[in-house]
Amino acid sequence: MSRRRRRGRRVGLPAPVLVLAVMAVVFFALPLIGLLWRAPWSNAWHYLTDDDALTALRLSLICSLWATGLSILFGVPLAWLLARVEFPGRGAVRALCTLSMVLPPVVGGVALFFALGRRGIVGQYLYRWFDFTLPFTTTGVVIAQTFVAMPFLVITVEASLRQLDLRFDDASRTLGASRWYTFRRVTMPAVRPALVAGAVLAWARALGEFGATITFAGNFPGTTQTMPLAVYLSLETNPEEAIVLALLLIAISFAVLVGLRDRWFGRTDRPMAAT
Amino acid sequence: MTLSAQIALQLGTLELRADLEVKPGELLALLGPNGAGKSTVLRCLAGLAPIDAGRIALDDFVLDDPSTDTFVEPEQRPIGFVFQNYLLFEHMSTLENVAFGLRARKTPKADARRIAGEWLERVGLAEYADQRPRALSGGQAQRAALARALATNPRVLLLDEPLAALDAGTRSTVRRDLRRHLETFDGMRILVTHDPVDAYALADRVAILDGGSIVQVGTLAEVTAHPRSRYVADLVGVNLVAGVVAQGVLTTDAGDHVVIADALPGPSFAVIRPHSIALVREPPVGSSARNTWRGTIAEVDRLGDRVRVGIDGRLPLTAEITVAALEALQLRPGDDVHASVKATDIEVYPA
Repeated sequence: MSRRRRRGRRVGLPAPVLVLAVMAVVFFALPLIGLLWRAPWSNAWHYLTDDDALTALRLSLICSLWATGLSILFGVPLAWLLARVEFPGRGAVRALCTLSMVLPPVVGGVALFFALGRRGIVGQYLYRWFDFTLPFTTTGVVIAQTFVAMPFLVITVEASLRQLDLRFDDASRTLGASRWYTFRRVTMPAVRPALVAGAVLAWARALGEFGATITFAGNFPGTTQTMPLAVYLSLETNPEEAIVLALLLIAISFAVLVGLRDRWFGRTDRPMAAT
Repeated sequence: MTLSAQIALQLGTLELRADLEVKPGELLALLGPNGAGKSTVLRCLAGLAPIDAGRIALDDFVLDDPSTDTFVEPEQRPIGFVFQNYLLFEHMSTLENVAFGLRARKTPKADARRIAGEWLERVGLAEYADQRPRALSGGQAQRAALARALATNPRVLLLDEPLAALDAGTRSTVRRDLRRHLETFDGMRILVTHDPVDAYALADRVAILDGGSIVQVGTLAEVTAHPRSRYVADLVGVNLVAGVVAQGVLTTDAGDHVVIADALPGPSFAVIRPHSIALVREPPVGSSARNTWRGTIAEVDRLGDRVRVGIDGRLPLTAEITVAALEALQLRPGDDVHASVKATDIEVYPA
């Protein structure tokens, strides 16, 4: 305990490290200050209560939360598979599933289009058999966001699962718990801090998603125009509105990160049950 | 009810071949050096490591038999396991830990909590029920782990190094407590330890596991009276020589000879007690000792007014002499020395 408190003090921190760290903080703060400086404060309320802005905001929140939920639903089992099951080509599978992190989002959007679009390898059957189209729909936005966001959750949870002492699972089994019960009651609670961190990262990525969304889902106000798209478009027509929307997006993300930091990330620097 | 196990398992470089039988109400200690495969035996019994060949059964209830493709999952075995470091779940209270097995077996929550509470009471941890396991001391964590394992009412209890995680100061107290709690459990118990003191204090019988094989089984007194492995010989502090007896001479695999008094021919062990070894600087002439081996002094350990001298040579030996003798002979590590023993001082028994 006392050691951790001492580490936080500035005493003993090498000067070059401190200088570089402060420069990094300034680097992140400057763009925000620039926005605040140029913000049209007198008209801000007007822009914020504008129907189009509210619609885009609502769409952004709904779609990013759906994307986060889907990332958890599929990403946790995927992380478990990658961390716990040894199978040939595991490295390749991991690379494939995290590829969209390094891919330019626009490329991801194009790829999704050729997979799930009306003429895509799967999309054509969806359309022909179920009369179901994904591109240029709100569902398409969720798909695009999930595609780019899920890897963040997968790698975070996978790393945590790898650190976990497998003997905790053994202990659970010898107490009469099935594999499924063990997964729910022992494995998942032990990686919960990582799961929350991964979910927040995935959500942040989904909220800011632009390239894949505009390529795969287009830019239709009310159905696929999320906040980042609205910011980008209003930059052409109404820079003042763009600034206000950008600040709103920043405020929401900032509030979530700060709020969660205290509640969840504060716990991760405590040694975890299984380490 | 009897637990019988014939275990064959290849695990990395360890080739485990262990046959065990534990009778009702008995506490068997598996004693052996690190890496001998002790924990792996427990894992096999619990179903955490399926065996390659052999059979594990509780009376007629076969738990693992590769030849008939029988394998009972760990959660279906009536076996409790107290792990090394106890492995209490940190995200639950102590009470929830103890109730875990009952909950996993679909006992209603209220009943599970009540039974778990009774167990905590029994092991003297009632006041810690709502605390997280990290608030418990090593000895308390061990009792919580014991309560957690016993709450599901197993018929076999496995304990893997239950005292190894404790510091020396608390170990004897905790050992006494553990003994008391283990006596109230009437099922079969197998305890893995590398400390003969644990085996002596807790076990009815010990099985010595060395290099993946059980080399000796019996009460600790029986086992130490006639060591059959280097491990036990070191434990007791005697020199053990294995070989074949023919015409009053025991010949080792390496071709060394030990002259003995009277013994039946065949594969045998010879025990040479350190205090029956005499050390001399020059080869003895006209001695009554039938055995003399040349060697180099490897180490000299003073223990009170006695000195244990380790000798390297074709037949490595440990001799015990007095401080006076050490000073008279001026023995130092690196010196050449002759070790001699009378044939009548060597105890020989069949392997």
